[in-house]
Amino acid sequence: MNDSYKLFNTDVNISWCPGCGDFAILLAIKEALFELGLKPNNTLIVSGIGQAAKTPQYIKANNFNSLHGRALPPTIGMKVANNDLNIFVTSGDGDTYGEGGNHFIHNIRRNPNIVHLVYNNRVYGLTKGQGSPTTDLGQTTTMQLNGSYLTPLNPITLAMTLGAGFIGRAYSGDKRNLIDLIKKAFEYNGYALIDVLQPCPSFNKINTASWYKKNTYNLEKNYDPKDFYEAYKTSLNVIDHIALGLLYYKETTPYLDRLPHYEGSLVNRKWKPTDAIKLLDDFI
Amino acid sequence: MEYNILIGGPAGSGMNTIANLIKVGLKRHGYSVYVNQEIMSRIRGGHNFFQIRFSNKEVFNFKEELDVIIAFDKLTIETHQNRLVPNGVILCDSSSEIRNNNIKYMLVNAKEIITKLKNPKALNIAILGSFVKLFDLDFEFFKKVVIKNLKNKNIELNLETFDLGYKSVGSLLKVTNKTVDNNIIISGNASIAFGAIAAGMSFYSAYPMTPATSVMTYLNKKQSDIGIIVEQAEDEISAIFMAMGASYSGLRAMTGSSGGGLSLMVEGIGLAAIAETPLVIVDVQRPGPATGMATKTSQSDLSFLLSASQDEFPRMIISIKDQEDAFYQTVRAFDMSDKYQIVVIILNDEFLADASKTIAKFDLKSININRYLATEEEINLDEKYKRYKFTETGVSPRILPGTSNIPIVFDSHEHDEYGNVVEDGLNRTKMHSKRLRKLDFIKKEMIEPEYLGLEEPEYVFVGFGSTYGAIKEAVSILNKEGYSVGFLQFGDVYPLPEKNIIKYSKYKLINVELNATGQLARLIKMETGISFDYSILKFDGRQISTNEIIKDFKEIL
Repeated sequence: MNDSYKLFNTDVNISWCPGCGDFAILLAIKEALFELGLKPNNTLIVSGIGQAAKTPQYIKANNFNSLHGRALPPTIGMKVANNDLNIFVTSGDGDTYGEGGNHFIHNIRRNPNIVHLVYNNRVYGLTKGQGSPTTDLGQTTTMQLNGSYLTPLNPITLAMTLGAGFIGRAYSGDKRNLIDLIKKAFEYNGYALIDVLQPCPSFNKINTASWYKKNTYNLEKNYDPKDFYEAYKTSLNVIDHIALGLLYYKETTPYLDRLPHYEGSLVNRKWKPTDAIKLLDDFI
Repeated sequence: MEYNILIGGPAGSGMNTIANLIKVGLKRHGYSVYVNQEIMSRIRGGHNFFQIRFSNKEVFNFKEELDVIIAFDKLTIETHQNRLVPNGVILCDSSSEIRNNNIKYMLVNAKEIITKLKNPKALNIAILGSFVKLFDLDFEFFKKVVIKNLKNKNIELNLETFDLGYKSVGSLLKVTNKTVDNNIIISGNASIAFGAIAAGMSFYSAYPMTPATSVMTYLNKKQSDIGIIVEQAEDEISAIFMAMGASYSGLRAMTGSSGGGLSLMVEGIGLAAIAETPLVIVDVQRPGPATGMATKTSQSDLSFLLSASQDEFPRMIISIKDQEDAFYQTVRAFDMSDKYQIVVIILNDEFLADASKTIAKFDLKSININRYLATEEEINLDEKYKRYKFTETGVSPRILPGTSNIPIVFDSHEHDEYGNVVEDGLNRTKMHSKRLRKLDFIKKEMIEPEYLGLEEPEYVFVGFGSTYGAIKEAVSILNKEGYSVGFLQFGDVYPLPEKNIIKYSKYKLINVELNATGQLARLIKMETGISFDYSILKFDGRQISTNEIIKDFKEIL
């Protein structure tokens, strides 16, 4: 078992609906972890709340199942504490772009060295089908009975304008490309966002597997992810010609390297209370 | 010998600097000094003041009667002159209009001096010189204080300004010389920050909010010297979650804010509780609700924090009584938080946050850092590690992620002993009870309220937090006047230590609190059934004074 992705298996019962895209993403993550040579004790899976956010429970690794929208902030403290932990955030579109929107923005500004997979089914699953920040304008849901009247958020262009350096889009039905993108994201030094499109057979009757098949394509070999304007243009189409792959790439300085006096994981910090004696001078 | 000075004027007139120089100078002279401030929430203009009380005996509170007013504007004189004692002095620029001939003025030609020296921003330094002369303090000594504290800012010019200010007036007041000084002078918030540093805290995340910001700014200035990380979060929600991530991964971590920020942090308090992750939170109270009054004081967050976040779980709330207590209680907060894997809230308030007092140097050698992590033997007792093992005390063996072969779980859902999410009713009952069981053991470690005053009093004041100094002084004055009063000062407020309040409940109880509903008295009633006979409540955003307590007490009789 230790010589395959199964070393990340747990015996927990999975509570996703049959046919959910999450199964494929879960498997892709475990295979990617294995192919990257990671181990349960040096891997940390972090999530908020939602169907996607159940992922940490289904992977044998360190985990941190936070509250709705609050997957990203804890990773800052985790990185400061122990940079040897390899952090993967697994959360949904509602969790990341809705409840956690402010954290999403500022996390990109901080740029911690983590991989962030957003399972984007463009609908709320756990709470039974309400519109999410990525639900299309006019699309009916269990809540938006006459169609959503909010403009959908484009996570890719948003992340680009905020300065993210690794932005990819994948489709849950294409495991091999998803695994490869996760591995590339892991190798990236900084915050890596992968927006993973997926069907929700229970609640999204529009963006189905066949819909994705028809409206997505893999980026061509000659596509240059370093060309910001080309990437921006490519990312704008989320209707009928949706690009999959590494959309945008640039080198960035990760969070810990931005801290001028950071010298390594603070769990190893040596400190005695008497070391504070030098600070008493401030009050003499 | 004891003097009480007020320095007042509009924001931006250099009062911070002069107040600090006087504070430091008097303290280094060996006096016991107490400094508090009342400022408006604005960067320029308005009316701000500092009060500096000093003596060769210990001073532990501010005082209403003033010996000297240092006025930077007319408004200061108008606002405070009725607080002057009969021989009191107003020190101000010679251009000031004198309206009241019954008051002694000490006029400095400060404006002339700074114009002549072309040092336009140094009105405060000229006035400092005349202050030193007024009390006939050691000129050379204060000169050194100016040099040290103003660093290199125009030092020659400023020393000349200081010198001319000194020469422009005469001496009116006498001080007894003191030379021994082995103390420090520190504010409540700095003392909390210092306690956190000493206790080994290595991550602090917060969002700026008055009056809690100074904890963050002090830690921020020191972070590179001591190798910690201070992160300014995008909001208070992020602040508490960052700290929780750090704590999960093994650091002693803290966050802090005022009531408004704590309101945002509430869901994080619940998460720390169900995931049994240590966390220390500082709440520096100000009047609310909502924005309330940013730079004013209050003791009104107690009821809120007793049950902040849904459902029930153990937590601990410590209110701090003074600048020394702030340090030791913060150290203790980290210890209790690690020991019981709980949230510990340190309750401070704007008054104490910003007020400074001379105290003995912190006893750093007395501090032991114990993380209470599980040993390998404890872990090996079970075939598979149980992060949330059912135990007698409710405290389960904690190890850190990445330090062994065992992956560590952390879940916001109800979970079983292994940390797996389960909805089983029996497990829920057992796990919820396990967490709550900790409260019984925490309660045994709570510090009983300190009792001061007569042994068989007629009345007992009951208070918590920063009103300590005022009540203590009032009790001493009232007993000298022939009244029969005692005083019970709560530090630990939750879980409530009950022995002393039960013991003293046979006397007439008066709660003294800076809120309108008597939150401490209500907590005591809820926990013990003991009712209070009278209340002294103040909620105008200002600290209660000794005189106010005495006056209100006499009205009760």
